Amino acid sequence: MTQSRPLLEVKSLSVTFPSEAGPVEAVRGLSYHVMPGEVMGIAGESGSGKSVSSLAVMGLLPRRARIAGSVRFEGEELLGRGDKDLSAIRGGKIAMIFQDPLSALTPVYTVGDQIAEAVQVHQTVSKQAAMDRAVELLNLAGIPNPRERARAFPHEFSGGMRQRAMIAMAIANNPKLIIADEPTTALDVTIQAQILDLLLKAKEATGAAIVMITHDLGVMAGFADRLTIMYAGKPLEAGAVDDLYYRPRMPYTIGLLGSIPRIDAAPGTPLTPIEGSPPSLTNLPPGCPFTPRCPMRVDLCRKVEPDLVRMNGSGEEHFAACHRSAEIEQKNLTGLDIFPAPADRTRDFSRVSDVPVLRITGLKKHYPMVRGAILHRRIGTIQAVDGIDLEIREGETLGLVGESGCGKTTTIMEILSLARPSSGAIEVLDRKTAGMTAQDRFQIRREISVVFQDPMASIDPRMPISDILAEPMLTHGVPADERARRIGELLKMVGLRPEHTSRYPQEFSGGQRQRICIARALALKPKLLVLDEPVSALDVSIRAGVLNLLEELKAELGLSYLFVAHDLSVVRHISDRVAVMYLGRIVETGEVNCVFNHPAHPYTQALLSAAPLPDPRKERARRRIILKGDLPSPANPPSGCRFRTRCQKFADELNDQQRQKCIDVDPVLCEHGNAGSDHRAACHYAEGGKLN
Amino acid sequence: MVYLAFLVLIATSATYFLAAAALNPRSNFAGRNPPPPPAVIDAQLTSLNLNDKTPILVRFGRWADGVLHGNLGLTIDHDSVNAEMGRRVGVSLRLLLIGSLLGSLCGIAAGAWSAVKQYQLSDHAMTLLSFAILSVPTVVLAVFLANAGASFNDAIGHRLVYNTGEYTPGLEAWSGADVVNRLQHLVLPSLVLILQGLAFYSRYQRNSMLDVLGSDFVRTAQAKGLRRSQALIRHALRTALIPMGTFFAYEFALIFIGSIFVEKIFSWHGMGEWFVQSIQKNDVNATAAIGMFVAVLVLFAGFLSDVVTVTLDPRIRRA
Repeated sequence: MTQSRPLLEVKSLSVTFPSEAGPVEAVRGLSYHVMPGEVMGIAGESGSGKSVSSLAVMGLLPRRARIAGSVRFEGEELLGRGDKDLSAIRGGKIAMIFQDPLSALTPVYTVGDQIAEAVQVHQTVSKQAAMDRAVELLNLAGIPNPRERARAFPHEFSGGMRQRAMIAMAIANNPKLIIADEPTTALDVTIQAQILDLLLKAKEATGAAIVMITHDLGVMAGFADRLTIMYAGKPLEAGAVDDLYYRPRMPYTIGLLGSIPRIDAAPGTPLTPIEGSPPSLTNLPPGCPFTPRCPMRVDLCRKVEPDLVRMNGSGEEHFAACHRSAEIEQKNLTGLDIFPAPADRTRDFSRVSDVPVLRITGLKKHYPMVRGAILHRRIGTIQAVDGIDLEIREGETLGLVGESGCGKTTTIMEILSLARPSSGAIEVLDRKTAGMTAQDRFQIRREISVVFQDPMASIDPRMPISDILAEPMLTHGVPADERARRIGELLKMVGLRPEHTSRYPQEFSGGQRQRICIARALALKPKLLVLDEPVSALDVSIRAGVLNLLEELKAELGLSYLFVAHDLSVVRHISDRVAVMYLGRIVETGEVNCVFNHPAHPYTQALLSAAPLPDPRKERARRRIILKGDLPSPANPPSGCRFRTRCQKFADELNDQQRQKCIDVDPVLCEHGNAGSDHRAACHYAEGGKLN
Repeated sequence: MVYLAFLVLIATSATYFLAAAALNPRSNFAGRNPPPPPAVIDAQLTSLNLNDKTPILVRFGRWADGVLHGNLGLTIDHDSVNAEMGRRVGVSLRLLLIGSLLGSLCGIAAGAWSAVKQYQLSDHAMTLLSFAILSVPTVVLAVFLANAGASFNDAIGHRLVYNTGEYTPGLEAWSGADVVNRLQHLVLPSLVLILQGLAFYSRYQRNSMLDVLGSDFVRTAQAKGLRRSQALIRHALRTALIPMGTFFAYEFALIFIGSIFVEKIFSWHGMGEWFVQSIQKNDVNATAAIGMFVAVLVLFAGFLSDVVTVTLDPRIRRA
């Protein structure tokens, strides 16, 4: 590569928003550059300033934001230019892709019109020519039947297709730079793999450089060339991806990498959580913003904020902002040296008894599908859950994995309703829900509780913590003095201070709120906890703490968990057994090591191969199975095997005769591998293949 | 659909019974001098189907039978209710159509502008103006504008705007001079409606616009290369109109039943004025007819609002 000048050069960028509590310093002194054709990553948790900084580059921040520093694109300063000048560059030479493709597309215009508009803004072409170009771009972005789909509205597209449309829009004018702001965060893992693949194709087609913004260090590992880690508005470490992942020199980076559960790690490998939570961006104290959470802090850290300094030991472009990074480099300290390892919680399978807490057999849930805006009529049936069996034993964690739309949520809602299922049976503690009276149902509710995904939405912001925790006990008639005692006990159990009972939810951070939700779920000493994506709304550095807490509680209280998640690495970390769901069915189930090390079903294999690893070398060397298309509609599932329309094995390996069996015969879950193990897969041609 | 028609039936019947029970047409004859003989009064009332000596169910049956055959009965002055209603609906429509349309449009524009300039001086000014107008009763606003119109005429020494009636009699119908004259009569009442529409709709439009201003798709539109103003008009305003559809549908359907105060004060003989007069004159048939008309319009407005929403919002449209 020729030594050309940088395409984008950001120097000492700072962004401040005025607020009633004082100025919010969202970005403080960010500098980076992007060379033509390279992928520059910016990673950080929510509130780290990574998105704000890219919006500042695009000139898309609200007018009240005060921006200082310099942003040079192709040598020209962008900051301080007017809307007219910038709009000529936006969408032309610099394009942007946003996180949530549903809200990022205007709901009232067709996808084709919106792409054609992007063409027409920058090129003087007729409406028809712009529309033709839009169709061509949709085709390039891998949308089947592009001419027809161009006339569809955004809500008629699936999440993955919307993001493809966004990418089509971004490359409409052959940009030199694409800023991708969390482009795959809202997507399922197999779709994420498709979109990352497409982004690389788009990059090759246009020769554009990419600024990749994400909180997911797994995605970043395989995608970026260089990386900047941001925290509290400041870059803390920057350098080539390999340097940062293998030789991190800033305790935050080290902690972050140690706190991510990895799909290639053995279950039970302890996560090293970073204590505390990111600071508020108003009235930041002097010194390094990571100080309160840093196990290596010294007095100097509180007083002087360190600058980014070049690390001599590793690559030439490796910088870290830490007073002690030279020491870390010299002694080659790792996460295990710096962060206190949590108590050893090696799995104790002897705790798992044979007594089932929950048993589901042949559960089905079908919804009627209605059409018509003014007159409603039934036109079909959505088979959300179509005959599944599950069993959770005392002291066991069952992980239920699957992409959105596979029926996970329907399954847990059916369990929690404790009603007679439309088909099949649910048994809680050996009692069938079908025959229960209202009184029985009320009694058995004590034994099952639930923790939802979003801790902000699942607790009433107008209630103090004591009321939130007392509510289930009040409902079940626990006496007042017992309640008061239990509240203190619960708070201590989940790692919060008992003196906080009179505080309101908004005084707590996201991770703390999820702890409150867990405490509430434990109030009645249940046997089974249903955890519906309990950590996916939390920041990376907070997750490890909550996961560790869940494991401790399980060991202490002998709980059973039904852990529902789409994140395979989290499931692998916490589960004893796992069930993989696809389109209302369970396609593979078994002991977690068996399933993850020797996945038998092609869908499980694809899911595992799509899950990103926070390990650049492994990530680059991996062969990814990229599934075609989207999840078929549960109203009209394919005949025979439901997965066959997307199955890589069906497409590439089987002969016509073998395929016919997949088309005609619906495979049932049957034993696989060693006799006697409970590893079962629903595939005619299941096999044990080792991945990674 | 069936149950909506049923609702109209109930509302209409209830209005008839209420009117027949509460209004006393016989009292109209009480003040006459010399008092007419009771037999004459009875004959008169019977001919109008208003005689309180006939059981109410029989009267209702007779009235309902007429209604089903498209005959709404006779007014207290022995005119056809159908004819009178037809004439008055036309008057109300001519009076209210332009004012309501302009009022809604001004409301949308002012609301959208206010939202874009949130918390700036122009937004505060708009908010203040809206609340001032909303807090003044229609009567006061109308009388004020009627007087202001008169003073304005005096000031310019020429009668440019009229504050009574629909047109000056004597001009050839719908000739150029007549149209100009009608417009001169329209200015002041329309102004009342425009000011009220502006105040009312701008509040809702402002909120609805604020909801979409921060949306990701407005940002996307700018990221494509649209200027902020283009992005706001093409993407934000278009989307912010969706929740307003319901308001407009009801507003336009209810134009037909007139505006009591504006008609009274500016002396237009439309539906609103008729409604008040009918009750004053103990005119059961006319009152019940107006009640039915309103019920049908509300039903129609509900339907219209569905149609408008479906037209504005493709997310509600389905194959």
